[in-house]
Amino acid sequence: MTGSEDVSLADAPTIVELSPEDVLRARGEAIANAGMGRKADHLLEVRGLSTHFSTPDGVVQAVGDVSFDVGYGETLGLVGESGCGKSVTALSIARLVPDPPGKIVAGSITFDGIDLLKLSVEDMRKLRGKEIGFIFQDPLTSLNPTLTIGYQIGEAIKEHMGLPDKAAKDRIVELLSKVGIPRAKDRLKDYPFQFSGGMRQRVMIAIALSCDPKLILADEPTTALDVTIQAQILELIQKLSTEFGTAVLLITHDLGIAAGMCDRVNVMYAGRIVETGSVDELFEAPRMPYAWGLLDSLPRIDDVRGDRLRTIEGLPPLLIDPPVACRFNPRCAYTRDICRTEEPELTVRDSPGHLARCWATEPGGWIA
Amino acid sequence: MTATAVPPPVPVVRPHDKANIVEVDELKVHFPIRGGVFRSQKGAVKAVDGVTFEVRRGETLGLVGESGCGKSTIGRAMIRLRIPTEGSVRFDGQDLSLLSTKELRRMRRRMQIIFQDPYGSLDPRMTVSAIIAEPIETHNLAKGDAKQERIAELLRLVGLDPMYVNRYPHEFSGGQRQRIGVARALAVEPEFIVCDEPISALDVSIQAQVLNLLTDLKRRLGLTYLFVAHDLSVVKHISDRVAVMYLGRVVEVGPPDILYAAPGHPYTRALLSAVPVPDPVAERKRRRVILKGDVPSPVNPPPGCRFHTRCWLYERLGQPENCRTDDPMLQPVAGVEDHRAACHYADEALKTDVGIAHLDDTLVRRGTPPAALASLAAARAAAADDAVAAAAAEELEAPAFSDMSPDTAAIEASDGLQTQDPTNQNTPSKRADRWRRGRFGR
Repeated sequence: MTGSEDVSLADAPTIVELSPEDVLRARGEAIANAGMGRKADHLLEVRGLSTHFSTPDGVVQAVGDVSFDVGYGETLGLVGESGCGKSVTALSIARLVPDPPGKIVAGSITFDGIDLLKLSVEDMRKLRGKEIGFIFQDPLTSLNPTLTIGYQIGEAIKEHMGLPDKAAKDRIVELLSKVGIPRAKDRLKDYPFQFSGGMRQRVMIAIALSCDPKLILADEPTTALDVTIQAQILELIQKLSTEFGTAVLLITHDLGIAAGMCDRVNVMYAGRIVETGSVDELFEAPRMPYAWGLLDSLPRIDDVRGDRLRTIEGLPPLLIDPPVACRFNPRCAYTRDICRTEEPELTVRDSPGHLARCWATEPGGWIA
Repeated sequence: MTATAVPPPVPVVRPHDKANIVEVDELKVHFPIRGGVFRSQKGAVKAVDGVTFEVRRGETLGLVGESGCGKSTIGRAMIRLRIPTEGSVRFDGQDLSLLSTKELRRMRRRMQIIFQDPYGSLDPRMTVSAIIAEPIETHNLAKGDAKQERIAELLRLVGLDPMYVNRYPHEFSGGQRQRIGVARALAVEPEFIVCDEPISALDVSIQAQVLNLLTDLKRRLGLTYLFVAHDLSVVKHISDRVAVMYLGRVVEVGPPDILYAAPGHPYTRALLSAVPVPDPVAERKRRRVILKGDVPSPVNPPPGCRFHTRCWLYERLGQPENCRTDDPMLQPVAGVEDHRAACHYADEALKTDVGIAHLDDTLVRRGTPPAALASLAAARAAAADDAVAAAAAEELEAPAFSDMSPDTAAIEASDGLQTQDPTNQNTPSKRADRWRRGRFGR
């Protein structure tokens, strides 16, 4: 590695020395500042979103009646197991659900005061990539293998910002150094295969950030990466979102990542949000048996070694024919009759921002 | 390389120790790179490059490292699915490379492997029964009814209902398929099983079920595992000893309680610092060690210590010369014979809290709250009382009869091992059936 042009890598400390208070303060300031010129209470407001897919077997109710907000500058986590609807939620927000077979059948999505579901295809295209950036799981399939990375980053900049070639090139080089790619200038003409997995994900982040978006949808951004590279990428996303006040909707199945990256977390199960709260509330005192089960079934690196893990019995349901009433009732150890007949609402628990969907932990429930 | 008078070192093979089931000495597995018109060898990917360790009878040895570090290749070389370039693998004191085909086949009955991908490792055109029968037939272990009985027994052992012997792999979920893979490995009653990332393709809640299954089976059948994985938390949970690999070498080995609390190798510390902890408080305390750049190519590993190009300790100590010139051997850390690290400055690493400052095992495990556990225990006790009362009532009417031995009952009651029934679960099998019916108009 040559040192001179390698700005951001040379600057990066080998060991990150920030106290917990510093981290919290920096996040707080970033969120407070991010609201400048805001057009609504929340950057993103999702209300009653339902997305269904028609298949030969029947209608898959991938997302059912999902409502949540993402504040300006805030990082919101969407966690759950595969097939719980977290990715479809993100695709719905971007209006990228393949239609057919998919369709947003109900709900509204308001982004910075604009109703996304009422936008024309052309207006939505102008917004995508400019106001909303994307980082997907697999950088190799998300990048076009036949185009140089300089071209791929420049595409959005030229399209949305209308910069002349020279200025656009400077911006690309600046972005690439910002995401920690050494010798950025020399690598514009390189193709995706010439980069390692971690470096490709950095290119994806550069594309996502290229037009100063207000929101980044990050769908399992580090799942394909090794743990040390994952640490680099998460560090980068957190640093940049704090620096630019960009809100992030982070989709992950890894509760550890959610604990480290998010300000607030939504837990999804079978197409429903089953619990939501600030990251501290949710990990310290979860109020939904599914969240308990998830936390119990994780071996922890800071744990004293135990013999067996407490598990959640059975399998997640298929969403063609989801369980009636509470969708978790067939796998729940605390089920009573009401759980099989009536679906609980998301109701407030210990603090106004902490909501759970569970009869047992409602005030007056049997594990209140 | 100096090509002069120095004679090549005679490989020192340790005497066989009865406590070890597998002994690996100076193992190297190189994959040749060929090129040019005559496909001559241009170099080699040194996937495993001089590794010495042993697996003790009855233990679980965890092998961790990042992708490309050679951990899976070691696992395969240990049961001779890969032929070592140099060095030896001895199973129960016998060098596997000296065995004839026939002897090797007999030996293979004693060692098995469970693969990572539950989708790719089962033949989609074979029924569950045929998949499990294959090793039984190969080794002539049972025939006819005895064979069918054995298959049913194996399925019960891994928590699947023997009713489903005639189904195909696609009719099962990922976790159930992994159970079939486990049953196939157990079919020949092996002593040693290589588990190659057995749970990394599964969802969190299913991972815990399979981990519990492996733990239970080990205890009941007295198995020895080599558990290959990239997830440090899982390896800590299941292993009696852990070996950490980097670029074709084992850089540190030791019991998890010592190795995770006081790692002697800077790479182990960097790895530990990178693992996310599902706890926001610990996460805010976590100081990530940022390893610069990517793992060097295993074609041309760096001279001296292989980790020095990315090592934070090397930078911190002012780039000492011996890190660049001398290849460190595994040495006891702080005088503990069982805990070894390959670092010239392990003592310096021990003086810091880099990578482990946030790992505080006094933290209370969060998850199911005590109130819920109490309610669960009360419900179980009530159910048990009811069962006793019902049994007593029944006994008055008719002599008690139970075809379930207490042992089986206990296993079925323990939560990880319920018999999973594909029909009343909403498994892919149902979906596939429906799909076929729709497609072929039946």
